[in-house]
Amino acid sequence: MSSGIDLVPVKPTTAIVGEPGKKRAASKWFQMLLNDRVAAVAAAILGFVFLTAIFGPMLVGDLATKIDLDNSNQAPFTLAHGWANFLGTDPLGRSMLARLIVACQTTLSVAIPAVVISAIVGSAIGMWAGFYRGWRETVAMRVADVIMSFPSLLLAVVVLYVFSPSAANIVLVLAITRIPVYLRTARAESAELQSRLFVDAARTFGASASSIIFRHVLPIVLPTLLTVATLDFCYVMLAESSLSFLGIGIQPPDVSWGLMVSQGRTYLHTAWWLSFFPGLAIVITTVSATILAAWARIATDPAQRWRLTVPQKRLSRFAKTTKRI
Amino acid sequence: MTAAVDHKPTVRQTDAKPVLDVDGMSVEIRTINGTVRAVNDVSFTARRGETLALLGESGCGKSMTATALVGLLEPVADVVEGSATLGGVDLFQVGRAKRREMAGTELAIVFQDALTALNPLYTVGTQLAEPFRIHHNLSAKEAKRKAVDLMTRVGIPQPESRLNSYPHQFSGGMRQRLLIAMAVALNPSVLIADEPTTALDVTVQAQIMALLRDLRSEYDMAVVLITHDLALVAEEADRVAVMYAGNIIETGPVSEVFANPKHPYTKGLLNSVPVNARRGDDLKSIGGSPPDLQAIPEGCVYQARCPLAREVCTTTRPPLDTVQTGRKAACHFPEEVSNV
Repeated sequence: MSSGIDLVPVKPTTAIVGEPGKKRAASKWFQMLLNDRVAAVAAAILGFVFLTAIFGPMLVGDLATKIDLDNSNQAPFTLAHGWANFLGTDPLGRSMLARLIVACQTTLSVAIPAVVISAIVGSAIGMWAGFYRGWRETVAMRVADVIMSFPSLLLAVVVLYVFSPSAANIVLVLAITRIPVYLRTARAESAELQSRLFVDAARTFGASASSIIFRHVLPIVLPTLLTVATLDFCYVMLAESSLSFLGIGIQPPDVSWGLMVSQGRTYLHTAWWLSFFPGLAIVITTVSATILAAWARIATDPAQRWRLTVPQKRLSRFAKTTKRI
Repeated sequence: MTAAVDHKPTVRQTDAKPVLDVDGMSVEIRTINGTVRAVNDVSFTARRGETLALLGESGCGKSMTATALVGLLEPVADVVEGSATLGGVDLFQVGRAKRREMAGTELAIVFQDALTALNPLYTVGTQLAEPFRIHHNLSAKEAKRKAVDLMTRVGIPQPESRLNSYPHQFSGGMRQRLLIAMAVALNPSVLIADEPTTALDVTVQAQIMALLRDLRSEYDMAVVLITHDLALVAEEADRVAVMYAGNIIETGPVSEVFANPKHPYTKGLLNSVPVNARRGDDLKSIGGSPPDLQAIPEGCVYQARCPLAREVCTTTRPPLDTVQTGRKAACHFPEEVSNV
């Protein structure tokens, strides 16, 4: 189909930055991760946390429930009481390290499903409402308002008293109370995106509403939702710990990080490590997730991606020096 | 009077088949201060292999006309009257599914701002493949191959390697080519070009218009060119419909309309093109400004700025009547226009 266009010397196109070439997609992403050292460390930590959650309880499950009253409330950072008690022991003489590892699994198995469910349901409804506007938007937003204005802890207490406080019920309650967060974010972005010209362009060649939502709205909203979700991950862990504190969350002998924090609170003046280590675990996990989400935000944006193709120190990335590039 | 640009020596014969027939279309916008009629009783036909220009200044309703035709009106605006027949179907009456089926295959549009009309997150290959995937159910691979063909067709060098580039890595002219490629992908019968070159410099503009011309004859499309650029109309269009305050006030073959306008507004536009102007000369312009769409006067829409206006113009709106074979003008005194 060669043409009769008089190809008047075509203007050279702008320089091709970070041309992908033939490299495999996976290795490209891996390289981009390595180029951002902080994000790489965060990814490693998260990977470690996940591995711990999956395999840890198999290895130290017995230790976590082994009561040894002779060794109660031992201080951490000494090998005098065996390697398992390196991070100290709780009032019943159980190994803190082993309990942290076991709690890791419980915590993630509540927090991750709760975040994932609320994120998926909330964003789906939000994008749908924002894309169509009109009555769908009104209904969705009012329902979100109702959920938000109802004290979430009260809702949880009611539900968990009526039903048994099982992990599944906790996940469900937490998911429902967090849905409005995603719903509102997704709706706002989607309402703005549906008026963009490229969405109009897609309409003019016959794209259906659902395919526009999936292909043109979701990919742009996703990084924002991901960031919200990582922040919410922290909230959900803490909410689960409040429920556990009230005795309607995770039930002993099961243990979660949040439960450990609240159990240790009574001993704060004598045994700080009881609350400190599980708290630290929550913070490290959340911060890692947030950093990785920030990286993903840049990596999924074609116009920003070049920042990750040039290895450089994180701090200088936002400085206005063009020397390095 | 002198027209600003050379006219094409031959006028194309109007024996081409009309594909898009817009008849008496009116668009109203609901505002807080009441309803505004942005497009009033607009009728035109677009014919295969021919370019029809909708010419007018900003806010005259030409883009609104295009938006209404492709079905992208904002919820506050509605087509209240009229029909647009394309392939035996009235675009304003047809069901949503059928309308989607026709989108791209029968009627396509090229937007003015190519950067915002492309999704920044997808490679151009993916985006060019989208029409094929929607309408022909092609696999990603086949659709990509079609995309390469298209990119070659619209003159993008090294299409295979540019396939994986993102919109922001292209120049303005190249982006416009991409948009055109997307619009003609499914071989539509009518292509609406809404100020396709306004954002481009003159050389690139010439290339894009040449490309549109070639594609028009290759696919035997009807092109509706929406523009405010008189020179562009003179260069590219076969017929022109001049719009003012939501109304078409004059139509006809471009060469005839520009050589011998039958409406004082057309005449005024042509006079305001600087010809042989010297430094220090005053540029000619039409005095006054277009009427507020909320307060369109009774009678002729152009009366406030018209040098020929008299009593009858303030009371009776002149209909768009035939003034010569193939030419219509909405003026009570079409014969006096040449004296202005």
